[in-house]
Formats: sequence, C-alpha cells, structure tokens
Amino acid sequence: MLALTLRVTGVAIAVAAVIGVPLGLILARSRFRAKSVVVALIYTGMGLPPVVVGLAVYLTLSRSGPLGSLGWLFTPTAMVVAQIIIALPVVAGLTMAAADAIHPELPLQLRSLGASPSQEARAVLREAQPGVLAALLAGFGAIISEVGAAMLVGGNIDGQTRVLSTAVVLETRRGHFAMALALGGALLTLAFVVNALLLRFQSVPRRLG
Amino acid sequence: MGRWFAAAFLVGMLAACSASPRQVLRLATTTSTEDSGLLEAILPAFEEAHGARVDVVAAGTGQALELGRRGDADVVLVHSRSAEDQFVADGFGTARYDVMFNDFVMVGPREDPADVAGAATAAEALTRIADSHSTFVSRGDDSGTHAKEVALWAAAGRLPQAESGWYLSLGQGMGETLQMADETLGYTLSDRGTYLSMADTLSSLTIVFGGATIADNPDPELMNPYGVLPVNPAKVPGVNNDLAEAFAEWLTSPQAQSMIGAFGVERFGQPLFYPSAPTS
Repeated sequence: MLALTLRVTGVAIAVAAVIGVPLGLILARSRFRAKSVVVALIYTGMGLPPVVVGLAVYLTLSRSGPLGSLGWLFTPTAMVVAQIIIALPVVAGLTMAAADAIHPELPLQLRSLGASPSQEARAVLREAQPGVLAALLAGFGAIISEVGAAMLVGGNIDGQTRVLSTAVVLETRRGHFAMALALGGALLTLAFVVNALLLRFQSVPRRLG
Repeated sequence: MGRWFAAAFLVGMLAACSASPRQVLRLATTTSTEDSGLLEAILPAFEEAHGARVDVVAAGTGQALELGRRGDADVVLVHSRSAEDQFVADGFGTARYDVMFNDFVMVGPREDPADVAGAATAAEALTRIADSHSTFVSRGDDSGTHAKEVALWAAAGRLPQAESGWYLSLGQGMGETLQMADETLGYTLSDRGTYLSMADTLSSLTIVFGGATIADNPDPELMNPYGVLPVNPAKVPGVNNDLAEAFAEWLTSPQAQSMIGAFGVERFGQPLFYPSAPTS
C-alpha cells in the first residue's frame, strides 16, 4: 500500500512537473492578449474539487465512456491520470508566480551578455528554483492526501488500487479509528520524508552561473 | 420609541431562546436506510409527535455501532445481527428490537457465466463463482452486507483472498460496489432496495439469484433483519436515553410499522422494507 501510494503519486507529480514547470516558465515570460484569461483559468484550476476531476475521469474511462476501451478504470493508471489533472494547475500556477517574481531585467541582461535562449531559460529556472520546488511540493501534498478522485477512479480495491488515503477512509467507516489514525500518521510521515529530502537537495549550495 | 422597540426585541429574543427546548436525537444508521429515502419519509412523523429533531449519521454498520460505543449517537439502527447482539452483551445497548427486514440478492452480468441462476442456495451460488473464477466485487467494509457475504462464503467453505485476482475487496458503499460490478461485469451481493433504486443505471447487471421479489427469494439465509438499539446511559454517560427509548418504541409501533411497509410501493411496485416488530 505504501509502495503503491508512492508509485502513483510519484509518477503523477513527475508528469505534472514535466508539463507544468515549462508551461509556468513560458507563461511568465510571454505577453499575449488572452494571457489574463489563461492565468485566471490556471488559478481556478488550483481550486478544482478533486471529486469533480475524479468524476470526469471516471466518465471518460468508464466502459460506456469515450476511452472505455483502454481498460484503465479501476487501475493505478486511472489514479495517475486524475492526480496529474489535479496537480498540473498547482505546479504551473505556482511556477509562473515564482518566475514572475524574479528580477524583470535578468533575462534582458542575460541576452545582452550573449546568452542563448536555452542558457537564458536555465538561468531563469535556477533563479526561480525555490519557488518551483515549492510548486512541486504543493502539488505533491495535494495529491498524496487526496481521497475523492482516488476512490472514484481507483475503486479502493484491496491489493490493487488501495492507497494510504483511501485506506484511512475505509478504516474510519469500519469504526477502526485507531487504525485510521495510524495510517494517517504513516501518510504524514511519508509526505514529511519526501519534503525533507527535496528541501535538502535544494539547500546544496548553488553553483555560480 | 426606539428604546422601547429595542427592549421588546431583546425580550422577544430571550423568550425565543428559552422557549425552544427542542430535543435532539442522534441516530447512527446504515447507508441503506438513508440512501433509500426511508428515513426521510418516516422521521418527520416522530419529530412532530415528540417535538424533537433527529440528526441522522449514515455510515457502515461497523462505524454506526462505534459511534454508539463512543457516545456520539443516542440510538443505533443497523442490520448485522451478531454485531448487534455483541453490542447489547457488552452493555453498550439497553436492548435490541426487531424493526423490519428486507433481503439480499446476488446480482451479476446478464450472461451469468458462472451459472449462478442454477444454484439452489446462496452458498452454492458463491461456490460456482469461486470455482469459475468469475469476478466478484465485495463491499469489504465490515458493513452489514459485508458481514452477510462473509458468512455466506464460510457456509460455502471458501475463503476468497484479495490475491486471487477475481475477488475485488473495495471497502466502499453499496452504490460504488454495484457500479464496479457493472463496469467489471462481476457479481456482487446487494440488498434488494439499493439494487432496485439503482437498477436503471446498471445496464449490464440483473438479479441472478434471489428472485424478482422478496417472496420469490429461495434462500432464507438471504433475509436481512434490521434492529434498533438505544445506547445504554449506564455504560455510555451523556446520551439522551429517554428520547432514544421513545424512538425505539415509536419505530416498533403500529403507526411507524405501517409507514415502513408502505414505503417504496408506489415507486418500485414492492416495499423496500417489511415491518417485523411483534404486534402487541
């Protein structure tokens, strides 16, 4: 159960990072007319109720839904899909805010010093790194503890799709409150270890660019 | 003028506060009584008769009984006979009264690959499912329905494990379990009321064992009795036992019993619950 929880949430946050971090950086740097609308949509997405995401994924992957033939419903894959959708706006939105906050003249200076676009992007990313890391951790925290979507699309099947958060709900419903609390503690510990590891990784002194 | 008005308003407020000794009864029950709409249909009559308000917490039988043990409910209405008897034996309940019953049915895909329809008893039906390794979706949540399923597996002499692949233990409610059976073309055990109320959304499922109505159910093991248990104030201090006992008495009265028997007839053509309190 512990391993499955880490696997599902780990894959989901990795995919959300690969899409969300570049998206946030690009949005922060670009100027176009509908940008305020896009930004508002992303921030709204940060408050997306997980149950609604779960329901949408469920209806899509259901046997009578458009992607039912994939056979993903009630598998860890379906849970990963739902968690990506929940985490993506958080990662993209907070990355964008972090990149927005760095000195506006930095990219200009870099370019005047003859930096290539990829060098420039890397420098901006390095500058915004604490904020980007916070974005990833916020996304991670949102999905590892999430219950509504995981129940709906995973089905909480013992030994197959039962993760820590859904197990807490089950034990509560059974009236096994002590067990539910213990599992909740395990979930918190897991989140803490992941956070501590990533923050340690961040505090390694940065190379001067 | 304004001052008099304010004074009158204050007096009125105070009077309103002190004149509302409306008692609250905390009822812990199972999702089947709440989801079927039964409580909504009958509780207003009790509330009116006793000038009380009933706060309903619907949970699995396990959680409902635990709420009673912890003093978070004054009275419990559940359907798991052995757990109920244990509750009274441990001193948490003052007594257990028969209220009503309905029955369980085996629900499965129309094609019925395990030929459950040909079984003579529910236990034999489960044996056929196990032997053919057909998908079986279990509540797995210590609810009354789950307790019945476990007892039937024991009677069948089989102990399915999550590792076996075809046995899916969910730990979710009846509605979610039926939906998964529909999606995975699996079998499951359901109370008739919940299945009937959802049947139009479960396109691939049908009742494969248990008959079209409770009178057609061939296996008495599938009967599903509900009991009401007031929480014992001597063991669990602070509960509203007077109102709880009044509720138990009302629920087993001819008036409430006839309301229970009439509920659902209009919509489903058959009652969802049959009254079972002894007539005095």
